[in-house]
Parts: sequence; structure tokens; C-alpha cells
Amino acid sequence: MKTVEPAIAEGTALEARPSKGGSPVVQVLRERKSALLGLFIVGFFVLVAVIGPSLAPYSPNVPSGPVYAAPSAHHVLGTDGSGVDVLSEMMYGGRTSLIVGFAAALVAMIVGGGIGVLAGYSGGATDVGLMRMTDYFLVIPDLVLMIVIATVFGPSLSHVILVIGLLLWTTTARIVRSQVKSIRERVYVRRARSLGASHRRIVVQHILPQVAPLLIATTVLTIAYAIFDESALAFLGVGVPGISWGTMLEHAFERTAMTEGAWWAFVPPGLAIGLVVIGCYLMGQAIEDALNPRLRVAHLSIRTWRVRSPQTVTDELAKDEAG
Amino acid sequence: MHRADYVIKRIAFALITVFVAITINFILFRALPGSAVSNFSRAPHASPELRATLTHEFGLDQPLWKQYVLYLDQLIVHRNMGVSFADNQPVTTELAGKLKNTLGMVFVGTLFAIVIGIVTGFVSAWRRSGVVDHVSTNTAIVFYALPTQFIGMMLIFLFAKYLPTAGMRNEVNTFFSGGSTWSSIKDIGLHMMLPAITLALTLFGEYTLVVRSAMLETLGEDYVLTARAKGLPQRRIVVSHALRNAMLPIVTLVALSLGFIVAGAILVEIVFSWPGIGQAVYEAVATRDYPMLQGAFLVLTLSVVFFNFIADLLYFKLDPRITE
Repeated sequence: MKTVEPAIAEGTALEARPSKGGSPVVQVLRERKSALLGLFIVGFFVLVAVIGPSLAPYSPNVPSGPVYAAPSAHHVLGTDGSGVDVLSEMMYGGRTSLIVGFAAALVAMIVGGGIGVLAGYSGGATDVGLMRMTDYFLVIPDLVLMIVIATVFGPSLSHVILVIGLLLWTTTARIVRSQVKSIRERVYVRRARSLGASHRRIVVQHILPQVAPLLIATTVLTIAYAIFDESALAFLGVGVPGISWGTMLEHAFERTAMTEGAWWAFVPPGLAIGLVVIGCYLMGQAIEDALNPRLRVAHLSIRTWRVRSPQTVTDELAKDEAG
Repeated sequence: MHRADYVIKRIAFALITVFVAITINFILFRALPGSAVSNFSRAPHASPELRATLTHEFGLDQPLWKQYVLYLDQLIVHRNMGVSFADNQPVTTELAGKLKNTLGMVFVGTLFAIVIGIVTGFVSAWRRSGVVDHVSTNTAIVFYALPTQFIGMMLIFLFAKYLPTAGMRNEVNTFFSGGSTWSSIKDIGLHMMLPAITLALTLFGEYTLVVRSAMLETLGEDYVLTARAKGLPQRRIVVSHALRNAMLPIVTLVALSLGFIVAGAILVEIVFSWPGIGQAVYEAVATRDYPMLQGAFLVLTLSVVFFNFIADLLYFKLDPRITE
């Protein structure tokens, strides 16, 4: 029985399962209803972000009614503390929040994936050096550093995306690295190397396709994290200029919507963030589960998995390598 | 590897992390537009003498490398983090008082979260795949996904009539030093209710999921099967075999997340204007009070490193296998 060797080293669970046809994505969706639900939720909000602004009944910046008007036929979700239609704000704001979420996750994917592949593939001193650096970044509290950087460099859309993306890459780097390390030692990669394949060819042709699904799963989880962080930065007043779900919460808080009884000013953005986070979580978890039921990180939550001590992770990696 | 080696290694790691954090802190704030002199000694109403002292202490008009050396010297030897722009008071003294408030609230909130997390996680694993499990797991995920500030705002909306929703009666009334009279304790307790519950609600979901998966894992172990084969009563198997071993990941998770909770408490503190470090960060950001922000970042990072270190030691104590 292969107990020490991680299942992922023997090819993904998807490959091992008798194929019912269709791409791996279709198979994941067929087997996991929760993934379908997650995809549906995220898809819905993406659709609203794309076509929403052209459907929005009012301007998201100009007051179109009295302050804190309750939901009515004119204003389906009421108006906020300055008389702006909440539904219109939700539609425009969703666009900003999702752009920040997806773009920051993309930045994290590129940086984390790059560092992970470089460390895992080169091994030796490069590996040790890069992983030490990741360890330190893992311990420094993300949110606080984000606040400091956003304050120092001033808030703008690109700054917020970069600040979030450049601080969320650590987990991706760790996961990718440990997988690249095990793929690198597989027979077909060794054969390719002995046939004289260049490093570039090995990485692009043999390693990246194997890492891709895991990288995507991690990135989907990072989107949830980035949207969370965007709303936190907005709450401190160093978020994106303009309207986003995060700034909507901040405005409602500043204008004491809670004690005015104007629940419609903060419940829609709060729930929207929660739903997108759940959607990404369900999707990411399903992909990870499908890839490797034994990987187990999926049973824990995104945050847990981010705070595991470097020592624990190193031990697991050592175990992986022993297998 | 021996025990001493392990401890030394972890201490070294913690110290290097502290050093990295201090350096990042230095570089970030020196990257500010404008000169260091104006950024760090431009406290409003500051006397020329105060400005001169600050410039001299931190060498603000010196080359960068010298500033760095002086920064380290002031921080480590003199525990001097500069002067807050808000009231010209030393940052160190201000932060010390605020840290107490934060720690008090975080401690109570985390305790709530642990209790809810262990109970719901345990019940979930025990009644796996049943209705209770589904309800408890899904509730955990929902609370986990909602933004912290939103949960806080919902609680204010729902409970504003019954419980105080903003800060403590006065800022002097700090958590640990706020007098010993019954009314003062009651006052602090009441004010702490909503912030602590908010924190607990944002945290417990994670604990539930971890407790559940740790329990399921230990329930599948061979020694549990053996215990069953021996005919031990169900209760005993679950409590002394499964739950005990499931505590390992739980204890480390809590210790590890404590540092991040201190940082995450920023949002809770802002919502309830709780006079802690988070509130200090918020005010410093709003007024561009750089020395205060720099100090708060350092204190929060140090607390994370500290709790991480404790978690490492705890993990070692609970599971000596890790060094083999």
C-alpha cells in the first residue's frame, strides 16, 4: 500500500477515475453539486458586474431620492445615506469589487506560481532561499501590512490590486513548490531530461500542465480572500476610489445606517461579499477535492491553511519528499 | 534533533522575522514622498525643540543607512518609536495602553469562538452527514464568509437598544487597570459584549470545520477501531480516544490564529470604537500619523510572531514526533 506517497504524485484522481467523457472541468461539476452551486453564484455576480451597469435604474453617484428611503417600487433596495439608489450602487460596485478580487488573485497566481515553480524546480540554495523568504512573509499579518502600504502609497485601483495581490502569494507559492518538487522526480520528466529537453521545455510542457489545476484551485480561493481584503481596506478609508461593495459598507457605517434602521444600506453589500466568498470557497474546495481527496487542505478553510506554522508545512513537505 | 535544538531554531526564526518586520517598517516609511524630517517631526503644534530632538534622535537629516542604524538603536535600546502627531505623546506609551484593551477583547472573543467551535465541530463529527451536521457546517461556512465589519454592523442594528455599541465609557478606563469596583467590571463587561461576540462569530466557523475534520480523522484511526473491538463504551472511545487526539490540531490552530486575530480585530475595534490598537491604526490612517502607524504595525507584527513562537513550542510539547 502506498501510504507515504501522496496520491497526487501518481497522477490526479481525475485521471485515475474511469472517464465519463468531457473535460476535467465538466467532470468536477458533474460529481460535486457544491461546485455547481459555487459556479452558479460566482457566475451570477460576474454577469451582473458585466451587464449590470447598463441595467442600473439610476446613477451610482447622484442622489435620486430622499436619504435612507426604504425599499419601494422606485428604489427596489432603497437609498443610502446620501439618497443614492442602493441597487444601482450594488451593480456598479460589484464590478469594482470583482475586478479587484480577480486581478489581485491573478497577481498572486503569477507571483506565487512563479516563485513556487522556480523554487521547486531549481531546488538547492534557490529553493531554500525562496522558501525562507516565504516563511517570513507568511508570518507578517497581511491586513496590517496592506493598510500601511495603501496609506503610504495612496489609494488607487491599481495600488489596491497590487497591494492585495503581492501579499497573498505565499500560500500559492508553498503549494505549487511542493507539487513541482514531486513532479520533477517522476519518470517521464527524468526521461525527457535525459533525452536532452531544455529546462524551459520541461517546465512548460511537462510541469505546468500538471500544476495548473491545483494552481487554479488556489487562485479561486485567493479571489475570495482578495474581495474580503478589499472591503477591509475600504473600511479604513484606503480602498479603491469610487464605489465598491467595501466602500458601500463604509459609507453606511459612517452615516450610522445601523441606528437609523436603514438595513438596506449595508445588508446587500455585506451579503454579496459573503455569497461571492462562499461561491469561490465551494468551487476551490471542489476542485481540490476532485484533484486529490487525500490532500486534506480542502477540508480546512482558506484561513486555516494560511496560518499553518512554517514548521508544520516543512514537515509535510519532508514527508512528501520521503515518499 | 534534540529538544534544545528545536527551541533554538524556533527562537532564531522568530528573531529573524522580527528583524525582517522592523526593516520592512523602516523602508516603507522612508519611501514616503517628502523628506523624513517633515514626515516624522511635523507634529502639529510641536515646539522647535521637539522637532530638533526628533531630528537628532532619529538622524532624520542623515543619510539613509545612518537613519536605519539610529532607528534600530532607538527602537531596541531606548524603546522609542517617535512621537504621535495627534497629541505629541510618545508612541510607545500610547500603544502599551491600547494593546491591553485589544488583548482583553481578543481574549474573551477567542474564548467564545473556541467554545462554540469545539461544541459544534464535535457534534457535527459525531452526527456526521446527519441534519445536525449539515446545519452546523453550513452555518459555520456562512459566518466564515461574511465580512467582519458587516457582522459587527448587523449586531449594532439588532442589539443597539439592549447593549452599548460604542467603546468604553472613557478611555482611561482600560481593561486591566480600570479599577476593581463591581460597577467598573460590569461596565467593561457590557461594553465588551458586542465586540467580543462579533469576533467570536467571525472566528468560530473556522474552528468548527477544523474540529470536525480532526475528529473525523481520529475516528477513522486504527486505535479507535481497536478500542471499539475491545468493547469500550462509545462515550469513552469518543472522549478519551478520538477527542483527545483531535485536540492537537485545534490547540495549534488557536495559538497560531491568535496573532492574526489581534490584527483582524482592527475591523471589530473600528465598528465599536473600541480603544485598542486597531482603533489607533484607523485614526493614524485618517490623520496620516506616520509614527503611530509605524508603531502599531510593529506591535501587531510582534504579537503575531510571538504567538507563532508559542504555537510552535506548544505543538512540540503536544506532539514530540515532529522532531523525529
